Amino acid sequence: MLARTQEVSVRFGSFTAVRAVDMAVGPGEVVGLLGANGAGKTTLIRVLLGLLRPTAGRVRLLGSRPSLETRRSVGYVPQTLGLYSDMTVRENWAFAAAVFGRAGTRVPDDLRHWENDLVGGLSLGVARRVAFAVALSHEPRLLVLDEPTSGVGPLGAARLWQEIRQAADQGAGVLVTTHNMEEAEQCDRLYVMVAGRVEAEGTVAEVIGDRTVVEVRCADWMRAFQALDAHGLPVQAHGSVLRVPAPPSARDTVAGLLEHAGMDVTVRVRPAGLEEAFMAILDDSATARERTE
Amino acid sequence: MRWGLDGVTVRFGSRVALADVTVPAEPSGVTVVVGGDGAGKSTCLRCLVGLVRPDEGRVSRPAKTRIGYVPATGGLYTDLTVEENLAFAASSYGVRGADVGAMLDRVGLAGARDRLGGRLSGGMQRKLSVGLALIHGPDLLVLDEPTTGVDPVSRMELWRLVSGAAAGGTAVVVATTYVNEAERGARAVLLDEGRVLASGSAAGIAAGVPGAVGRRAAGDGARPGDEWWRRGAGWRVWSPSGDLPEGTEAVRPDLHDAAIVAALAAERGTGGPSTGSTEE
Repeated sequence: MLARTQEVSVRFGSFTAVRAVDMAVGPGEVVGLLGANGAGKTTLIRVLLGLLRPTAGRVRLLGSRPSLETRRSVGYVPQTLGLYSDMTVRENWAFAAAVFGRAGTRVPDDLRHWENDLVGGLSLGVARRVAFAVALSHEPRLLVLDEPTSGVGPLGAARLWQEIRQAADQGAGVLVTTHNMEEAEQCDRLYVMVAGRVEAEGTVAEVIGDRTVVEVRCADWMRAFQALDAHGLPVQAHGSVLRVPAPPSARDTVAGLLEHAGMDVTVRVRPAGLEEAFMAILDDSATARERTE
Repeated sequence: MRWGLDGVTVRFGSRVALADVTVPAEPSGVTVVVGGDGAGKSTCLRCLVGLVRPDEGRVSRPAKTRIGYVPATGGLYTDLTVEENLAFAASSYGVRGADVGAMLDRVGLAGARDRLGGRLSGGMQRKLSVGLALIHGPDLLVLDEPTTGVDPVSRMELWRLVSGAAAGGTAVVVATTYVNEAERGARAVLLDEGRVLASGSAAGIAAGVPGAVGRRAAGDGARPGDEWWRRGAGWRVWSPSGDLPEGTEAVRPDLHDAAIVAALAAERGTGGPSTGSTEE
């Protein structure tokens, strides 16, 4: 494993940001760290990068404790990209190369078109590619990327994933922190964090498990939506199809409620999507915490 | 088409910001405008609400006082409390006896009514902004990237607000950078560099992919060609002619594949998924 945490906890005063987290990233895999705001993703990354010492537990980065030495083998692209916007692409590249002791290397071919452009004037998609190339320039063994494709459009995102996957194919481990489901779905494995804990892990299919939604189709989706919404059910509309994340047992409740209101509806139980499974994981975690408190 | 943009072109100096763009906005329906940074989404929305004049084409909209608009930058008063923001918006629209309490419940901010707008989390600010735009019961609600950067919980709550507004009869136009949010609306318009790449229902766009899309399971090394892209650990390939390369298995394209094919087709200058008003 390139990076591993064992029973890692981080407390800030009386607040516990990370609770007994076990996670690992191996060579060649793209691992997603999925969580809502405040779930502990950033704190965990800071621990992995050696910027923060855990209150408890063990951290191993490339076989040793995170240090300046291991930091040289990590490429990190924060959401803010970490580039100098008032410098050109070539100047950014040269500066990073000098920091990592690789002065004299040239800007990669596919970015040479923008070589003399100020980073501040680039489109977000190109700026992300520059940040990514800079992070890869010292051939890191572990890449840590924060929402690497957010905001760039489908083709731009596909190009970035091409580069991320190529780095992984060549043996790098990639850790992607995100709350963007499209990015999470691109990962080989996911850790789902809720309130500092890892509450689910595995492939997208494993994280979804056998969770379901109750799907409603009817002529008047608006009335059905209002009826379910007024009932406090977490209904979501996808065009004119309504989905309520719920176990199969909720099917009859939903059907009964709408039929009682005189609506002619088709109600089916369907497999949940990742976003719906994520909401269910959040709910389960909240319920479990209430029980223990 | 009740309201919306019809064949609109907008130029800023020599730059074409929108080229022949049509975005319908129908009562009781959500239209989702999808595109990356710089695709022209904000210009579309600003055009729709009357902040940008089109050089060509037609824009139809209800009277200004019947529109609710939330720009990407938010649009709330950071130094007023949540409740004051709503009361102020109501009086600005000349709404008498607005039910601020009901709106607080609807946007899920009843517990935060006395907090300053500037002190709310990003997700809460977005919900308040939508509440401000809904306080006068508009006929047309226009939201510029309400879900960008917000976490999944706030995203679901925001979409519930959007769908609820449409269920109440409002025409809604929402801009987003997330392709999968195109499925939320009755109609989607995929934008890139000011052009419409595809439009129609999400299912219609996915079904309208010309040629064939194939997949190869394992990924290894460099991209085999321009029409290839990564999907998870594997590859996807688009064949305009429908003849898939050896070693690939045909897949039914989903919206994500369709969006990439549309962008590839636009780059090649050939036809992508239909740009008509494909219905399911």
